[in-house]
Amino acid sequence: MTSLPHYQLRLFITGSTPRSTRAIENLRKICEENLDGRYELEVIDVYERPETTRDLQIVATPTLVKVLPEPLRRIIGDLSDELKVLAGLDLAPRPPERG
Amino acid sequence: MTDQVSAQNPGAHKAPPLRKTPTGIAGLDALTFGGLPEGRPTLMCGAAGCGKTLFGITFLVKGSEDHGDPGVFMSFEERQDELTTNVASLGFDLDDLIARKKLVVDYVRLERGEIEQAGDYDLEGLFVRLGHAIDTIGAKRVVLDTVEALFAGLEDSATLRSELRRLFAFLKAKGVTAIVTAERGEGQLTRYGIEEYVSDCVILLDNRVIDQVTTRRLRVIKYRGSSHGTNEYPFLIDEQGVTVLPITSAGLAHEVSSEVISAGVAGLDAMLGRHGYYRGSSVLVSGSAGTGKSTLAASFVDAACARGERSLYFAFEESAAQVIRNMGSVGIDLQRHRDAGLLVFEAARPSLYGFEMHLARMHRDIETYNPSVIVVDPISAFRGPAVEVNATLLRLADICKSRGITALFTSLSSTGDAMTDGERDVSSLMDIWIALTDLEANGERNRVLSLLKARGMSHSKQLREYRLTDHGIEMVPVYVGPDGVLTGTARVAQEAREREAEQSRQDRITARRRVLERRRVAVERQIAELQAELESEEAEVTRMGEQDEVDATNRHADRSLMSTLRGDL
Repeated sequence: MTSLPHYQLRLFITGSTPRSTRAIENLRKICEENLDGRYELEVIDVYERPETTRDLQIVATPTLVKVLPEPLRRIIGDLSDELKVLAGLDLAPRPPERG
Repeated sequence: MTDQVSAQNPGAHKAPPLRKTPTGIAGLDALTFGGLPEGRPTLMCGAAGCGKTLFGITFLVKGSEDHGDPGVFMSFEERQDELTTNVASLGFDLDDLIARKKLVVDYVRLERGEIEQAGDYDLEGLFVRLGHAIDTIGAKRVVLDTVEALFAGLEDSATLRSELRRLFAFLKAKGVTAIVTAERGEGQLTRYGIEEYVSDCVILLDNRVIDQVTTRRLRVIKYRGSSHGTNEYPFLIDEQGVTVLPITSAGLAHEVSSEVISAGVAGLDAMLGRHGYYRGSSVLVSGSAGTGKSTLAASFVDAACARGERSLYFAFEESAAQVIRNMGSVGIDLQRHRDAGLLVFEAARPSLYGFEMHLARMHRDIETYNPSVIVVDPISAFRGPAVEVNATLLRLADICKSRGITALFTSLSSTGDAMTDGERDVSSLMDIWIALTDLEANGERNRVLSLLKARGMSHSKQLREYRLTDHGIEMVPVYVGPDGVLTGTARVAQEAREREAEQSRQDRITARRRVLERRRVAVERQIAELQAELESEEAEVTRMGEQDEVDATNRHADRSLMSTLRGDL
């Protein structure tokens, strides 16, 4: 088995709204459980750094951007749906589409 | 402070008049009486390919160029480089505007495959992004093209709807004048029904194909707090940008001129009571094929250019070069006017656009070139429902009238005598109607001109024959015979007959004159004879008198002698 990839993650939030706080908590939990020690997380408050929204194509908030490993992927929402987050991070098979 | 307005109109102070932001799109500002509501979003909806993006870009570019308003273009569909390329053909240099910090183009990429939704979200990121773009250049104008792409890129339309509502509130709070574009939907204005969030101004764009001809139309559906034109207005997109044709110019309030300008044909001027057309009148020249309608039009233009007036010639059947060549053959040199910049040709196939589109183009050409006379050759080239063609021509005639332009329209009529419906309808719009007819008689065709009407002046009711000579149109006096008008050889024969009659009359006069002369000579001779007779008689009498005296003297002498002899004392 090849060495596990290193994750570079960025989480875009909007200040200290409940949804932002929830997203940070949810993400930390997921990372600690699944990416022990092999991730780098940068939390960016778009209110403080609005120019970043354009560079990383932020529309919705919160948005988690998986910069590495490729491909780049965006996961939006408060990250409460753990299965979807894991699928987005390629750590779990994609759940079947609803409907 | 009391101002005059509220003094005159109590209650007027309640709401300040709605401020408007000019779009810079010719025509749209006219029909909205000033532009879009300032500081509010306007929804512009329409099907794919009807020009929403170009409207948006024009709004921003003109805003920057004409009013110094910086703008933000947030594109959900086209990348910045695609957009730049697409509008370069309109002469818009987006890169330059971006470099001068007059414009921000932000391409929002929404790939569903790239986005995973894991929980609740909002669009605060988009607001921040938009707000940042607005703040960096101090934008006053914003275009979101098309915001509905969010529905395709993101799940959870309930969230999206409430967030869109917030977006419009956000735009208002920012105080920017915004155009938000949306796709046309089935049974509703937009596919996702976002018109319910925009209450200030809604504009619908439409791209209709009738008889394989496309016409773009625009309609202002709603404009809160302002009156606006309610009809559908055609608009066109070409190398000169977006032009909307307003109807606001249409009306019957235009000023009239009593100045008269020459029709370009001396004989025709003579038939018109005022020796020409009134300036600003509409002239219809109808006639069947080959009657010289274009030649009459060219004569008119030639005369106008010779006076130094600018002329615009819309040719719908021939190219400019062809018109110039053909008119050269009848001695009308249009090329020199073209070289002098007094004559401009606009040639296009009528089927190229819908007639509404043609009208829009003509209107713009008239605005740009500002001619004093125009020719539309021919209006019969426009095919379509008579009502629409008529409305189009009415608008064109009105545009010309309102600007004091004298317009000459040619119309190809069918060969029959009966007037077609179209002609009858069109003729009511015209001030002067000249009919060119082909009279067939004695196995030949001859051209005859008649004035069917000339508003505001007396005019000749005669049919007049005319010829296309190598120096233009020449009117010929017409002979009216027992069977009607004589033209061509019949006229020539009549002329010959009249010449003969004249000759014989002349001959008779000469003969009488000779007889008289002879009599005069005879009488004078008699007078001379009588005179001579008288003179000889006089001479006789004188001689007799002298003899008498001699005799008397002799008698006296004789008597003295005799008495001497007798010795009388």
